[in-house]
Amino acid sequence: MNFRLRWRKFVSGFMLAMTGVCALVAVAVLFFILGYLVYHGGTAINWDFFTKLPTPVGEAGGGMANAIVGSAKLLLLASLLGVPIGFFGGIYLAEFSGTKVAFVVRYAADLLNGVPSIVIGIFAYALVVLPFKHFSTIAGAFGLGLMMIPITLRSTEEFLHGVPRALREGSMALGASKWSTIMRVVVPAAYRGIVTAILLALARVAGETAPLLFTAFSNRYWSPGWSQPTASLPVMIFTYAISPYEDWHRQAWAAGLVLLGLILMVNIVARVILARGVAVPRS
Amino acid sequence: MKRFAGVLVAILVLGGLVLAQNALLINGAGATFPYPIYSKWFDEYHKANGSQFNYQSVGSGAGIKQVTEGTVDFGASDGPMNDDQIKAYRAKNGAGILHFPTVLGAVVPTYNIPGVSEALNFTPEALSGIFLGRISKWNDPAIAGANKGVSLPANDIVVIHRSDGSGTTYIWTDYLSKVNPDWKDKVGKGTSVNWPVGLGGKGNEGVTGLIKQTPNAIGYVELIYAAQNKVPYGSVKNSTGTFVKADLASVTEAAAGSVKNMPEDFRVSITNAPGKNAYPVSSFTWLLIPEKFKDGGKRDAMKGFLKWAITDGQGLVENLSYAKLPKEVVEKELKAIVKVQ
Amino acid sequence: MATSSINVPNASPVAGSRSFLSRLRNGDEIARLITFLFAASVVLITLMLVIELWTGSVLPRHKFGMSFFFTRVWDPIAEEFGALPFIYGTLVTAGVGLFLAVPLGIGAAIFLAELAPQKISDTLQFFIDLLAAVPSVIYGLLGVFIVIPMMREWIQPALKNTLGFLPLFQGPAYGVGFFTAGIVLAIMVIPYIISVSREVLLSVPRDQREAALALGSTRWESTWKVVVPFAKSGIMGSIFLALARALGETMAVTMVIGNTPTISSSLFSPGYSIAAVIANEFTEATGDMYLGALIELGLVLFLLTFILNGLARLLMLLTTQRGSGTGHA
Repeated sequence: MNFRLRWRKFVSGFMLAMTGVCALVAVAVLFFILGYLVYHGGTAINWDFFTKLPTPVGEAGGGMANAIVGSAKLLLLASLLGVPIGFFGGIYLAEFSGTKVAFVVRYAADLLNGVPSIVIGIFAYALVVLPFKHFSTIAGAFGLGLMMIPITLRSTEEFLHGVPRALREGSMALGASKWSTIMRVVVPAAYRGIVTAILLALARVAGETAPLLFTAFSNRYWSPGWSQPTASLPVMIFTYAISPYEDWHRQAWAAGLVLLGLILMVNIVARVILARGVAVPRS
Repeated sequence: MKRFAGVLVAILVLGGLVLAQNALLINGAGATFPYPIYSKWFDEYHKANGSQFNYQSVGSGAGIKQVTEGTVDFGASDGPMNDDQIKAYRAKNGAGILHFPTVLGAVVPTYNIPGVSEALNFTPEALSGIFLGRISKWNDPAIAGANKGVSLPANDIVVIHRSDGSGTTYIWTDYLSKVNPDWKDKVGKGTSVNWPVGLGGKGNEGVTGLIKQTPNAIGYVELIYAAQNKVPYGSVKNSTGTFVKADLASVTEAAAGSVKNMPEDFRVSITNAPGKNAYPVSSFTWLLIPEKFKDGGKRDAMKGFLKWAITDGQGLVENLSYAKLPKEVVEKELKAIVKVQ
Repeated sequence: MATSSINVPNASPVAGSRSFLSRLRNGDEIARLITFLFAASVVLITLMLVIELWTGSVLPRHKFGMSFFFTRVWDPIAEEFGALPFIYGTLVTAGVGLFLAVPLGIGAAIFLAELAPQKISDTLQFFIDLLAAVPSVIYGLLGVFIVIPMMREWIQPALKNTLGFLPLFQGPAYGVGFFTAGIVLAIMVIPYIISVSREVLLSVPRDQREAALALGSTRWESTWKVVVPFAKSGIMGSIFLALARALGETMAVTMVIGNTPTISSSLFSPGYSIAAVIANEFTEATGDMYLGALIELGLVLFLLTFILNGLARLLMLLTTQRGSGTGHA
């Protein structure tokens, strides 16, 4: 009896230690990735990287200024598509709709969320590139915006639901219309959560490459306006990484560091905001 | 909320304005084979002239497809469009498409064999055998026989080919089809073939990258990619029995024979060309330019660039290991440029 | 879930009997309509996507029918298209990925949910959430420069020397291939398994654990034999979610899989996945049949992820229902 108990206790301690190892491995991977990027990319980042355009193939030097601006433009335009649809759609689901409509909309949003990013690229190509006969920032932003919709929609709905009924009822009891209540009381109360959701959605699509491959394409120069092809950080990383040129590899690491750094920063900021202020009603 | 929207609109307007340049932007896509020289040309031309040519090296296959769809203004390919593709272009766009040769280049067999830094000699039998998967070790007699004096290891050969639609593949398979009837039967020639063996790399860049990183690898790339990245490449036995290494002279000699009978549309194959020191896997590469341009500004810029590239621009090609176009071809092309309207 | 059903009394009598146009003058009705349009656009867009995939793939669907799924040949010149190598590659890499990620993920989730003190658990979960935010192309970057050389020089030769008698580990060690792609995928999906499993484990009611412990089981036994089975459907749900993610992964896979449509019993062999072939060949697919075949592949991928996501959601719904008070004694 004693022996059996000791064995069970040993197994227990051992297995639980193993789970600790698993957790450690998982977290270690993150630091490993960061470490490598900082090491390889840190040495490659210089002022040129942020300010110069790419040089002709095979010549060292140059930078990714056009890719950085290109990514920024893509994200800006993508949020114009993704945020309003998600935000107002979420308001509809939380404040106005009946259960049947809500079910259909949520189902569609979940479906859209699960679509692989390359398939979104196919859709954007068929819808925006072919009819207008142009690779463009708009086409790329369309693809990215589509990917933002489900995240902002669900989050808006959730955070609005989280606002206590009492707030709504109080406002209406004072004579405010429903819309006024929503915009002046409920949304501000859920403001934090919604903003962080938008930030997280942006961070998610900032790194997406597949939808851009045949929509925004790429550009050696600055992309004028919104209807021309544009360079972007993720596509540049992909192109440079699979090339044989050492200098391009160096730049790919730098771009990776910049991209991941920005994404992680946005994630950290968003989560910290979220953790601190969970829908606290304003007094 | 209102302030946020206001800021957003301001950024949009600013962004659109600030980044809308006055200089013309012309988009092109296609072959990776001539990418180094095109990239240099467009850069030099931009400095002299101001027009921006945004060329993306996505492979000849994509170049043909995108110029047919009209999503880019011009294409580039080292495998000329076949009759079906030209018909398809005409059907989609209402006018034709023109081929203009720009440089001469060579496709070389590159390899990465640990311990071997010499330039190897490859017979057509060896090359077709390797790429058919029949010759699987480096010390196979078919290879060793032509390389007495080099100690080849008994390692497995790793074949690397293109994973994307490629004019370079077209040139390579065109050559193999000419020298090996078995290859012609089993695989044939094209920008995208059913490879019996091997790994796929994207673009000349990807293949060179893979070869550099993979011991015992062999692949086929345009000469400059091997040279710029210091990857050894071998000589190929030509139709007269001489082992020829790809360089300016041997490529120029390969083209010399085709000049007299150059067809009107410039689509010609010069692989396995006659000539004692002709390099057998040479080729022209073409810009695919629509007959009709909707935008007059773009058309003029395109014609201006083309004229410059086949005349003054030729001064830059030899530095990047491409051979100049034969004079007769240039003259013919200058006359043909008027067809672009 | 109930929406606010309190209606602000309007100045006019019976609100429901007014005509549509006169109701429109009421600000709330406009708001309702506009927000409805936004919500409806989501449904519209999703429908358009599915229709686009269906109509785009009509040519190969008519020509090949069901044999599309069982043909190995992918020959653009002869216009013979078969999806089998890509389906195989997608499933194998996802399989390897899950094989590695599931034990690690569940183990880590158990640690975070059962053992670690609140603060450590939350901090580690924070970092793991950050891992989920790393974009695919960065994993690809690391895959090309770190994992491939590691595989080619250490891992693959070591496996060949020890387990080389298995057909799984035979063939030359290229560095790229199914195994490498599987490893990269494993790293990418671990965070999903951990965060969902952790939540599910945390939601298991305390009395289950305490009952097991009261009956004399060790910590591990109570976890493994009582808590985990209770949360089984939720954990399965997390696995399906991870699988759906792994199947759709494009960039990281295409950079390390070797891009060759091959079916091989060896994990060291290069291969191709559905997402990777679309990414590589879409812009150059001349001819409507070729393009249609790629779109049909996209449709297949879409359906696969659709089914898996649906199953995942179903399973997680089951778990939360079980956990919320209807606990089994």
